Amino acid sequence: MFLKREETMSKLVKTAAVAGAVAAALVTHTSTATAQAKEKCFGVSLAGKNDCAAGPGTTCAGSSTVDYQGNAWTLVDAGTCADIELPAMADGTARMGSLTELERDLPAS
Amino acid sequence: MYDAHHQFDALPPAPGVGYKPQHWSDILENPAPVQWFEVHAENYMGDGGRPIAQLRYLAERFALSIHGVGASIGGAERLDPDHIARLKHLVNWANPVSFSEHLAWSTHDSHFLNDLLPLPYTTATLTRVCDHIDEVQSAIGRQMLLENPSSYLAFAESTWDEPDFLEEIARRTGCGLLLDVNNVFVSATNLGFSPQSYIDAFSVHRVGEIHLAGHDEDHDDHGKPLLIDAHGAEVAEPVWALLDYTLARSGPRPLLVEWDNDVPEWPILADEARRAATALAKVAA
Amino acid sequence: MSDISAEAPFRDALLDPSQAIPEGLLDGAGTPAGRRYDVYRNNIAVSLTEALETGFPAVAKLLGEQNFKGVAGFYLRHHPPKSARMMFYGQAFGEFLESFEPLAKFPYLGDVARLEFALRESYHAADHIALDPQTFAVEPEALMALTFRLAPSMRLISSPWPVYSLWAFNMAGGPKPIAGAQDVVILRTEFDPEPHLLGSGGRAFIEALAMQTTLGDAYEEALAIAPDFDLSSVLSLLIAQGALQGTTQ
Repeated sequence: MFLKREETMSKLVKTAAVAGAVAAALVTHTSTATAQAKEKCFGVSLAGKNDCAAGPGTTCAGSSTVDYQGNAWTLVDAGTCADIELPAMADGTARMGSLTELERDLPAS
Repeated sequence: MYDAHHQFDALPPAPGVGYKPQHWSDILENPAPVQWFEVHAENYMGDGGRPIAQLRYLAERFALSIHGVGASIGGAERLDPDHIARLKHLVNWANPVSFSEHLAWSTHDSHFLNDLLPLPYTTATLTRVCDHIDEVQSAIGRQMLLENPSSYLAFAESTWDEPDFLEEIARRTGCGLLLDVNNVFVSATNLGFSPQSYIDAFSVHRVGEIHLAGHDEDHDDHGKPLLIDAHGAEVAEPVWALLDYTLARSGPRPLLVEWDNDVPEWPILADEARRAATALAKVAA
Repeated sequence: MSDISAEAPFRDALLDPSQAIPEGLLDGAGTPAGRRYDVYRNNIAVSLTEALETGFPAVAKLLGEQNFKGVAGFYLRHHPPKSARMMFYGQAFGEFLESFEPLAKFPYLGDVARLEFALRESYHAADHIALDPQTFAVEPEALMALTFRLAPSMRLISSPWPVYSLWAFNMAGGPKPIAGAQDVVILRTEFDPEPHLLGSGGRAFIEALAMQTTLGDAYEEALAIAPDFDLSSVLSLLIAQGALQGTTQ
């Protein structure tokens, strides 16, 4: 009896919390931007910012830069990695591959 | 849901260019003298987003050519059914007025190498190229054009000349031909034949489109010139001359300027298209 | 094919510069082709290296150009593209960077690559129309029972490293990253995907929604993991960025 009442209370509290959060979220969102695309938006919109988002394309052209020797390379001290210090995890382990477990949860496209 | 509707039934005998997203605003403002666009099929095989939106817009307003670089028509193994299905879907919705591919291969062992690789010209390879073209044409429900490659070497085992090989493929499959005059010039220089003789031997009546592009110069082990089909510069003067020679035989044809590396600002590309228009004007009926 | 064909040797030596140039290849005058064959090796190596540079600009900045080209040379030979859709080349790059011994001192590179690959997937994902906010104008009981379809362009990345900060430092002028785990949601309102840093519990909440959990239960799941979970800020983000596509029954 007591337990049931607490559950009910708890549920009411949570419903109120969700309703409040939804209301607050909607206040910050004045109008819905539906996906009615305009021509100008088809172009690269933010001064080249998203040029790379498309990723690589195909080529039907050859290359005159010579760079086919792939196996003679050693790491040199360059790039922004050199400026970044990130200590190991608190437990001393590197928790790798965290995306793999996530993939099954992604929405089906 | 994206079916593009347009009023075009063929590429016009006028200048076109390979579409690059960085030229979008220029094209909306004033595409002249460019009258049509070509895109690589594989770059529009995503599910949505900006590339698809842009292609739909272009397909509704301009004559569009879809140019495949990844079907591996010249490959030794069967065509990738997933790729062919995507191609069919793209051609169905974008409804281009032309589809073309290359006499080359790019896929082996399920690995796509992102280059147009050569094949020996033998009766055996002829048969398999024809089988692959039959398969593509059945899938997309229309005729395709097959493009002559740039060559940097020759196979000792080849028994056919390239123009004859292409003519025989076209005769057997009913496909049309795409004549890249820069490729002719590059191959002729690299393999030491006359580009004019190649054009003379080429079945120009089957040509549905002509390509132009810039090339780079290198040298082989013996110091002989080795031209690279780099698509990263203006069309070279001898290639413009070869275009005139070709058009005098073929009559007006749709002319495409390809510029894929170090893509210039729109006005420079438009200038190349203007020069193509001038070449066409010389042979206009 | 007949066994004298040069086709098979031609293929096999393309990705392996240590192999001799195949026989049966000539220049126009009947002499062996020599370095003419290397034009093809070069076209493949350069075009795939450039593809990786285009697709992983943050990793390229982190490594520096010379290092990146070297790493790309190994990757492209071990993982050539599996399809002609170059837009999706590099799916295994994150895993490769983590397992590549010379880069062991930069264990965060893999997750930065995963973030960049997810941005690309989002860019090319199917379009959708965001739900009408009127959907939320229901009785509290019905509100708690809502389930959603999420945008096909949404992606989640979770990392023990400050993956968002690493990306923003290199790509968006963000401050220098400090250690700590970060969860990121990538959302695309129209055509441009953007990564957003999630607060505690945000990932659990979105994952629950993606599994068709009701709004009420997803909230509880997030709270159970993160007592300080801020539902309002996550919902604001999801609604403003059009991540909710519609409701399901």
